[in-house]
Amino acid sequence: MSTDAALLEEVGKDYKYGFHDKEAPVFKSEKGLTEEIVRAISARKEEPQWMLDYRLKALKHFHERPMPNWGCDLSGIDFANIHYYVKPSEKTEKSWDDVPEYIKETFDKLGIPEAERKFLAGVSAQYESEVVYHSIREDLEAQGVIFMDMDTGLREHPDIVKKYFGKIIPYSDNKFSALNSAVWSGGSFIWVPKGVEVEIPLQAYFRINTENMGQFERTLIITEPGSSVHYIEGCTAPIYSSDSLHSAVVELIALEGSKIRYTTIQNWSNNVYNLVTKRAQAYKNATVEWIDGNLGSKVTMKYPAVHLMEEGARGEVLSIAYAGKGQYQDAGAKMVHMAPNTASTVLSKSISKDGGATSYRGLVKVMPKAHNVKCNVRCDALLLDEKSVSNTFPYMEIENKSADIGHEATVSKVGEEQLFYLMSRGMSEDDAVSMIVNGFFEPFTKELPMEYAVELNRLIQLEMEGSIG
Amino acid sequence: MAKAPLIEIKNLHAEIEGQQILRGLDLTINEGEVHALMGPNGSGKSTLSNVIMGHPSYEVTEGQILFRGEDITEAEADERAKAGIFLAFQYPTSIPGVSMGNFLLASVKAVRGAENVKPLPFRKELMSTMEELGISRDFARRYVNDGFSGGEKKRCEILQMALLKPSLALLDETDSGLDIDALKVVADGVNKQMEARPEMASLVITHYQRLLNHIKPDFVHVLVSGKIVQSGGPEVAHQLEENGYDELLKAHGVAPEPANV
Repeated sequence: MSTDAALLEEVGKDYKYGFHDKEAPVFKSEKGLTEEIVRAISARKEEPQWMLDYRLKALKHFHERPMPNWGCDLSGIDFANIHYYVKPSEKTEKSWDDVPEYIKETFDKLGIPEAERKFLAGVSAQYESEVVYHSIREDLEAQGVIFMDMDTGLREHPDIVKKYFGKIIPYSDNKFSALNSAVWSGGSFIWVPKGVEVEIPLQAYFRINTENMGQFERTLIITEPGSSVHYIEGCTAPIYSSDSLHSAVVELIALEGSKIRYTTIQNWSNNVYNLVTKRAQAYKNATVEWIDGNLGSKVTMKYPAVHLMEEGARGEVLSIAYAGKGQYQDAGAKMVHMAPNTASTVLSKSISKDGGATSYRGLVKVMPKAHNVKCNVRCDALLLDEKSVSNTFPYMEIENKSADIGHEATVSKVGEEQLFYLMSRGMSEDDAVSMIVNGFFEPFTKELPMEYAVELNRLIQLEMEGSIG
Repeated sequence: MAKAPLIEIKNLHAEIEGQQILRGLDLTINEGEVHALMGPNGSGKSTLSNVIMGHPSYEVTEGQILFRGEDITEAEADERAKAGIFLAFQYPTSIPGVSMGNFLLASVKAVRGAENVKPLPFRKELMSTMEELGISRDFARRYVNDGFSGGEKKRCEILQMALLKPSLALLDETDSGLDIDALKVVADGVNKQMEARPEMASLVITHYQRLLNHIKPDFVHVLVSGKIVQSGGPEVAHQLEENGYDELLKAHGVAPEPANV
């Protein structure tokens, strides 16, 4: 067995979502990225001309733009060896019964239909490039809440989409936002009307099945004044010997007095490059919260941002990252204070094990006219062994002297005294480590709906088994 | 009828980071007996409790520990806990983010076997035991030892002892840092358990005699420089209280304790 294959087996052994289905797509683009492929994607979707033009401009920018020379090593990505568009079925279904059997089985194994019955207000399930299932509770639909896949959103609500699409994150923002803008497919489109509070979460589920597949979903959420929504996304993929790429763009607009909470549980298999751009604009007295959990993937680069556009806006990023063998989690947050009396908090917690590496990379920016800004950043890292690594890169650009900025960073190791204490109460070493780690992540898990918190604790326990030697 | 030896410590030598602490310690405790171990600072009292519990930083270089006749000298701490040994720590460590309730449930499951612990009866048992020890209910939601006062920590140690029902309880300086009222609450908690389970044996480790006014020992041992130098009944503790450790230390060629420690 080659070293890579051995490593793959090693890192994948506890990953329960690593199975894959036999592929049966109705359309699959050739490997590689050309103008023909971009035109073909747009044509298949019967898009308006402006979207095709946007895609082509983005493609040009992608080709011209160099790879980022900071952060993680991305040299392993072979853009010529990726399928950019894989269409698994003819259309998006509203009933699980109509979803092709092999795809439905996948989501059954992942527990999605069951979760929907139990505690979700709406579900979207994306398989490869397209959303194969979509539903929303009737009472929400009756109140005018829109929750659909992005392609349908573009067809049915072109005015709203055209107004906001690419306005928060232009294609020229970075190389991967350009790539997403050129080949995007699927993702969620959510619009919550004035004053409507969606009290139970809407969930989207993303699954990559094909080897060497790129998934490029595009999500746009707009909350009208006084409304609120909680959106959750989960991601998994099979384990293959060569890498896949996930590169999403997520744009949020929280209008006056509204609130968006966006929760991510990223649990990609350890052969996925996860390079995601997420940014929100919060207007007067609006609140945006990114609850961002990064467990899987080979490399993750993700820095959810909140631009605090008007007075009284609040932003929060609460993130955890776990990096095991062969994993690099480069995650963080960006808070840009553009207006007076805005506030933000960042809490980042990371764990590295078996030589894994985590970084906190964050930016706090206060514009000259933004008086009385409050911002608090805290990063805690826990190292489970000597081989593992944690870094902190906090950038501050403070251009208004009245700003009240707090920053605190800690790095600690699982203490021998804590382990001994728990073991003296009968717990095995693995259970003791799991308990300490779950405790470390607790500020994050307590913000999740119960079902997710339980699942996350279980995943962490799996990761900790046989951990400390 | 002779009682069965519960724990037999034979010629125990132990060191930490190359420094010899225990130098040939012998001690046998039978079921139901209360032993007190007294000694000046640095004599090795806490080392003994850590070594009996299986702390990985300490190395046993010679001798052995038998528990119910079985050699546990090399056993892991969790195996010893499951065998029925409990250590009430002098300085219980905090575990942020882990609630007392979850921690106690996990401990009780580990020691009694998960199949023997049902959530509802456990909850009832927990609440009534907390009430007996004067621990308020919201401690079940607080993080393990996080931000607890000295007295709260010690009470929670005794709470764990009451739930885990050990056959050997090691109480390491349970009186340290407690005022007289807190001391009484903790000692009452221990005494109640001794009454309820007379077969439980205890090793009460203390620097001062005052704890022994509340928890009455059957035997008192004095530890100096890693060896037991004197054993007897409760009178040994009273003699120490009157004369201090200086004479004993001098007799064994050890420098006297500095004042105010």
